[in-house]
Amino acid sequence: MDLSFTAQELEFRDEVRDYLRANLPRHLSEKNRKGLRLDKEDYEEWHDILRKKGWLAVSWPTEHGGPGWNVVQKYIFDVECGLANAPRVVPFGFNMLGPVLLKYGSEAQKNYYLPRILSGEDWWCQGYSEPGAGSDLAGLRTSAVRHDDHYVVNGQKTWTTLGQHANKIFCLVRTNPDVKKQEGISFMLLDMTDPGISVNPIVTIDGGAEINEVFIDNVEVPVADLVGEENKGWTYAKYLLTHERTGIANIGHATAQFESMKRIVNAQTRAGKPLLDDPYFAGRLAKLEIELEAMRITNLRMVAAAAETGAPGPESSILKVLGAKIRQEITDVARRAVGPYALPYIPEAFDLDFDDPVGPDDAAPIAASYFNFRKFSIFGGSDEIQKNIYAKMGLGL
Amino acid sequence: MNFNHTEERRMIGDALGSWLRNEYDLDARQRAMDEKAGFSHKAWRELGELGIIGALVSDTHGGFGGQGYDIALVFEELGRALSVEPWLASGLMASRILGECGDPGGLLSDVLSGETVVALAHGEPGSGYDPRWVETTATADGAGFRLNGSKAVALNADTATRLIVSARTSGAVDDAHGVTLFVVDAASPGVKVRGYATIDGLRAAEVELTDVSVEASALIGEKDGGLGAVENALAAATLAVCSESIGIMEVALEVTVEYLKTREQFGKPIGSFQALQHRMVDVATAIEQSRSLVIKAASVFEEEASTRDAALSAAKHYIGVAGRLVGEEAIQMHGGIGMAKATPINHYVKRLIMIDHLFGDTDYHLERYAALSR
Repeated sequence: MDLSFTAQELEFRDEVRDYLRANLPRHLSEKNRKGLRLDKEDYEEWHDILRKKGWLAVSWPTEHGGPGWNVVQKYIFDVECGLANAPRVVPFGFNMLGPVLLKYGSEAQKNYYLPRILSGEDWWCQGYSEPGAGSDLAGLRTSAVRHDDHYVVNGQKTWTTLGQHANKIFCLVRTNPDVKKQEGISFMLLDMTDPGISVNPIVTIDGGAEINEVFIDNVEVPVADLVGEENKGWTYAKYLLTHERTGIANIGHATAQFESMKRIVNAQTRAGKPLLDDPYFAGRLAKLEIELEAMRITNLRMVAAAAETGAPGPESSILKVLGAKIRQEITDVARRAVGPYALPYIPEAFDLDFDDPVGPDDAAPIAASYFNFRKFSIFGGSDEIQKNIYAKMGLGL
Repeated sequence: MNFNHTEERRMIGDALGSWLRNEYDLDARQRAMDEKAGFSHKAWRELGELGIIGALVSDTHGGFGGQGYDIALVFEELGRALSVEPWLASGLMASRILGECGDPGGLLSDVLSGETVVALAHGEPGSGYDPRWVETTATADGAGFRLNGSKAVALNADTATRLIVSARTSGAVDDAHGVTLFVVDAASPGVKVRGYATIDGLRAAEVELTDVSVEASALIGEKDGGLGAVENALAAATLAVCSESIGIMEVALEVTVEYLKTREQFGKPIGSFQALQHRMVDVATAIEQSRSLVIKAASVFEEEASTRDAALSAAKHYIGVAGRLVGEEAIQMHGGIGMAKATPINHYVKRLIMIDHLFGDTDYHLERYAALSR
């Protein structure tokens, strides 16, 4: 057994580290470190930087502009970006639609869409969930009816992350209502600039506005924008769920978040004594650190297995649950650390140049992050769905 | 990055695993427990001949393994079989202390072959899990020493022919300095051993020492400097029981999943109920996380004590919690039949839960981890 990376992998890690140190703008890493909100320009700035280096579409093959990395390299890159508090790459085009087109798309679709994803010309969002189709995604009802060379699409999508910035949306739509629900779904590419599409923001529990409702009213979609075969969309959607899952626990971001929380904790006193002198609080922190370290090794074991067999197993479901849990727990400990100063809610405090804080440094976004992070155990397949998957695929129940 | 054991280690693990599967089912275990010693001398000697005990001690100390990964591998297999032989007392702790202290009495080869059983008598009625707390005294008496005190829950001390006894030769009751180790013949005048069974199938004893005279040659290691060897042995034992827990938890998972698939209520297998499925996933998750922490602890076992002990405390704390979850859920999901002594699962659960009472429980290790990582 050997838990360390090879010399070659360490060299790669250092290359990534050096690159991030030299090229990750401080105003972006500071926003992430403090849990502030990123706007469209922030994401685009980071995409531009990575694009220049060729590190933007990391799961794509080299002929389409990807870096051609193996599983371990992709994992290292994910972790290092997280540790450096880099913004995440908005995944919908690069890590979701891209891989689906590469596997199931027509040559014309690949040639047209992949370069536009890479260049940033198209900003994609994901049209999966509907008001009546959450965990029961296959129950979706948005319909696409074929007329000659196009489909007419009608329905509503919801929880559409960053949909307000997107000009394109990939959707699961119902093309056959008369068969088993999974067998009547198709995967289609829609243009958000179509007058039949309207986007309505959903303000979230923390006061943020990153998710949306998308209404689709008589939108005509050329048959050329159907991905793969009609009624096979469920297969493509499931492929996405098993693709590139080794980074699913966000171990790098979780570790950076833990370190930020620890800095906050270390600065706190209670009745004149360091907060960490309170054995109960020290115990909370220790438990979290132990769980995080366990998750790091569990993740490494999965990466090593995926490197051997080529594909991650159902353990990715376990890691999704663990990753969500630990990130939620970190915000829970952080809000306890600042005590009553978790309460003040000052909208301006979410701007990086806000210089009139109430209470300890960095306290302002903590409670909002706690509430925002409830999303981790809900999106991308809720904890309950992940457990269903592992009970079946991992335990054979 | 590689999570496979070396070829050499795999051979040891395979040899032990196949011996246990062929020779040591739960009936054989019960027969071993029914023997006077509470374990099978025959099994102990056979495993000694196979070299399994020697794999727990480094080559510089007379064995041919002894690294963290060796201990982890061997004890995971032992956990799967719930072996009641004196692995912790004699095979691991006594042998490693003798090895570290230079084995002046030449006992080690017989310990490693399984011929002789030596037990560690260190913990005391008042010490809890604190390894420094030693009230037992050794006072100079001519060229030798006179020992007085009480030792508590000393594993296999009722069968051991010799005891490694810690006693204070200087310092306050909880000083790290001032503890000295002696090899004491269990038949010496003044040694009173009260043996008993433990609830998880092992044997242990209370040891009373009343004016026990030992010669100077009974002292092993350095006078006043014996605690380090004890702490090293306890570290090895902590890794061992964590690894043993992994083996036990894996069996508990397998057996319980099998039960969920076969037991029918309301006209279908109870494993088809989501309420049980999700809890079983929590159990499996806790086992994976436990295994990761044991791998980590084994990987840094040869590093400096503070690094080693932080990783051990992380694992032992976590496994204290995880073991309870796995054990309690295994019984609960078996329902009434889980309460019956004839049902195999109960032996696994008892050992799993009781491991939290050895070498520091989940609270002790959380506190130690917090102190070490601050």
